[in-house]
Amino acid sequence: MDFKIRTMADCLAEGTTPEVLFWVGCAGSFDDRAKKITKAIAKILHHTNTSFAILGSEESCTGDPAKRAGNEFLFQMMAMQNISVLNAYEVKKIVTGCPHCFNTLKNEYPELGGNYEVVHHTQLIQELLNTGKLKIEGGEFKGKKITFHDPCYLGRGNGEYEAPRQLIQALDAELVEMKRCKTNGLCCGAGGAQMFKEAEKGIKEVNVERTEDALAVKPSVIATGCPFCNTMMTDGVKHFEQEHTIAVKDIAELIAEAVDL
Amino acid sequence: MISQIIFALLLATAGYFIFKRYQFVKGNILLGQKGPETDRKGERLRTMILVAFGQGKMFSRPFVALMHLILYVGFVVINIELIEIIVDGLTGEHRSFIGFRGYYRLLINLFEVLAGLVIIACVVFLIRRNFGKIKRFQSPEIKQWPKRDANIILITEILLMKAFLIMNAADSLLTVRSATPARVPSFWVSQISQPFLKPLSTGALEGLSHFCWWFHIVGILGFIVYLSFSKHLHILLAFPTTYFSKLQSPGNLSNDKAVTNEVKLMLDPNAVVEPVEFSRFGVKDVSDMQRTQLLSAYSCTECGRCTSVCPANQTGKLLSPRKVMMDVRDRMEEIGNAKAANNGVWVEDGKSLIRDYISEEEVWACTTCNACTDACPININPMEVLVDLRRYLIMEESKSPDSITSMFNNVENNGAPWAMSAMNRADWTNE
Repeated sequence: MDFKIRTMADCLAEGTTPEVLFWVGCAGSFDDRAKKITKAIAKILHHTNTSFAILGSEESCTGDPAKRAGNEFLFQMMAMQNISVLNAYEVKKIVTGCPHCFNTLKNEYPELGGNYEVVHHTQLIQELLNTGKLKIEGGEFKGKKITFHDPCYLGRGNGEYEAPRQLIQALDAELVEMKRCKTNGLCCGAGGAQMFKEAEKGIKEVNVERTEDALAVKPSVIATGCPFCNTMMTDGVKHFEQEHTIAVKDIAELIAEAVDL
Repeated sequence: MISQIIFALLLATAGYFIFKRYQFVKGNILLGQKGPETDRKGERLRTMILVAFGQGKMFSRPFVALMHLILYVGFVVINIELIEIIVDGLTGEHRSFIGFRGYYRLLINLFEVLAGLVIIACVVFLIRRNFGKIKRFQSPEIKQWPKRDANIILITEILLMKAFLIMNAADSLLTVRSATPARVPSFWVSQISQPFLKPLSTGALEGLSHFCWWFHIVGILGFIVYLSFSKHLHILLAFPTTYFSKLQSPGNLSNDKAVTNEVKLMLDPNAVVEPVEFSRFGVKDVSDMQRTQLLSAYSCTECGRCTSVCPANQTGKLLSPRKVMMDVRDRMEEIGNAKAANNGVWVEDGKSLIRDYISEEEVWACTTCNACTDACPININPMEVLVDLRRYLIMEESKSPDSITSMFNNVENNGAPWAMSAMNRADWTNE
C-alpha cells in the first residue's frame, strides 16, 4: 500500500480517534484473493479522506463460522474477547469487508455487550457517494453488463439490496439481474461454515448452480460483496472455463478501479 | 325429535374428539422449553395480522395466492352458515334464519359464490398437486400419507361445497313446487343445478335436501376433527406461529443464554449471572426445543416452499427443510402417543430427533442462507432447528466433520478459521 494504514493502537498512541474502524475479517486478512478486496476498500477510505484504522493483530475471528457450525461456546468466547478489545478502544462505528462479520457484529454482539454502528463496506461507499465525498466516473465499466450476486447475510439476513446496486449503477454499467436475485437470491454455497468443509453428497455443487444463474445473463463482471461468495463464484466461473471472459469482482474493487485508485 | 337428539349427540361427539386432540397437541407442545417470546406484543400482533390474517407472504406467487385466498375467505365466510345449521339441528327447524329475507338471500348468495370459487380452487389444486410438474410436490417426504392428506382435504372441501349447493337448489325447487320449505328463493350459483334436479319427485327432492343437510354438517364436524390430525391444522396455528415468530433481523441467530453464563463465569469466576433453565446444550430431541418451535412444526402445511428454495436441496443433497419440520412433528406425535399409552408417563424409548429422524448428513448440509424461513408463508424457521441440532452435536457430543473440528481449533488457537497467525493479520498493509 502506498499510504500508511494505522491500527487502533497507533491511534491511541497518537492520541487520535478514527471515525471508523475497518474490520478486515479473516478472509480479508489472509486469503490472497480477498486481500485485494481489502486493499480496494482501504484505498477508497483513504481516497475519500475517511479517518479509519484497523485492529491489526488485535483483530480476531468474530466467531461466525463457529456459531453457524453449532459451536456456540467458541462463538461467545470470541465475541466477548472481541468486545473487550472494541470497548477498550471505545469504538463507535465499524465498517466490515465481509457480510458475515457485518451480520455478527451488528446483530449478535449487542446482547453480549458490544454496541456499535456497523455497516457493510457497500453501505459506507454508498454513503460516501451520496455525500459527494466520492465521485465516480464510469470509466472502464461504462456500458458493461454487471450482475450482482446477493450475499445471504447482506441481503436476506439484513435486508440490504440497494447499496451494492446503486454503486454498480454509479459505474454507468448495465446492471443485469439474475433470475434469482434479492430476496430470492441463491446462496453461493459457502455460508453456515460450508466454506470450511466438503459438501454433502448431491448431484451438483451449490456454487455451480449459482454460477449458471449468473452465466445465463451473460455478464462481463459478476459483482460480489463477500469474500466467500467471491471464492465460490470464481470457482464456478472456472468450472465453466469462463474465467477469461467473465471477471468476478467485489463492488469495492470495481469502484476502486473506476476511480483509478 | 330423534333427529335433534342425534344431532346433539353428533355435536357432542365431535366436541369431545376435538377437545381430546387439542389436549394431546397442547401436551406435545408443552414438551418443549419455555421461550422468551413474550416481549414486543405490538410488533408481534402486527406480524400476525400481516402474515397470517393478511397472508402477506403468499403473494410472492400471485396465482396460488389468489386460489388460496379463495379457500381462506370461503372457509371463514361460508362457515357463518354453521350458526344456522346448528340452530336448525338443535331446534328441528329448517332454515331458521329465512325470516331475515333480503339479508338472508344476500348472504346465501355470497356463500354460494364463494362455494363455487372454492370448488374451482380445489379442482385447480388437485390437478396441480397430482398431475402438475411441481418439484416440491414430488419430494420423498411428501409421498404416501402427506399426499393422501392433501387430497383428502381438497376432495372433502369439494364435497362439502357441493352438498351445500345441492341442498339450496333442492330447497328452491321445493318452494316453487310445494311451498315447504317456504320462501326459499333461487340462489345465484345453485340455480345452475336446478335443471338437473327438476325431474326428481317432490319426495326425492325432500330426501336429497335432507341428505345434503346431514352430509354437510356431519362432513364439517368430521372435517374439523380430521384437520386436527392433519397438516390442515395450519388454518388455526398459523396465527400463534406468526405471532411468536422471530422479530430480529433474519440474520441474527439467537445467543444461547446458558452458554453466555458459562462463558462469563469462565472469563471471570466472580461474574454474577442470571441462572437459566435448560435441558442440555442444543437440541437432541423435541423436548429440548422451544415450545414456539414445536408449535410451528404443528402449523406446517407442507407446502414445500422452503425446500424449493433450499440451496442444499436444489443441488441434490438429502436436506429438505420441510422434512425437518415434519420430523419434529412426527417425533412429538410419537412421544405423545407413547405417553398416552402409558398413562401419561414418559418412558425413554432410546430414540431422539437427531439420527432417528434427522440425520447428521442433513444437519451438516445447511448453508444457513435463510431462504427457507424467508419463503415460509407463516415464518417457520427450519434453519434454527438445524443450528440447534448442530449445537447439540458439537457441545454435547463433540461430533463434527473433521474439517469443521480443525476450523474450530484454528478459531480457538489462532483467532481465524485457518492456521494463520494473528501477527500476520496486517501483512496486506505492507504489500
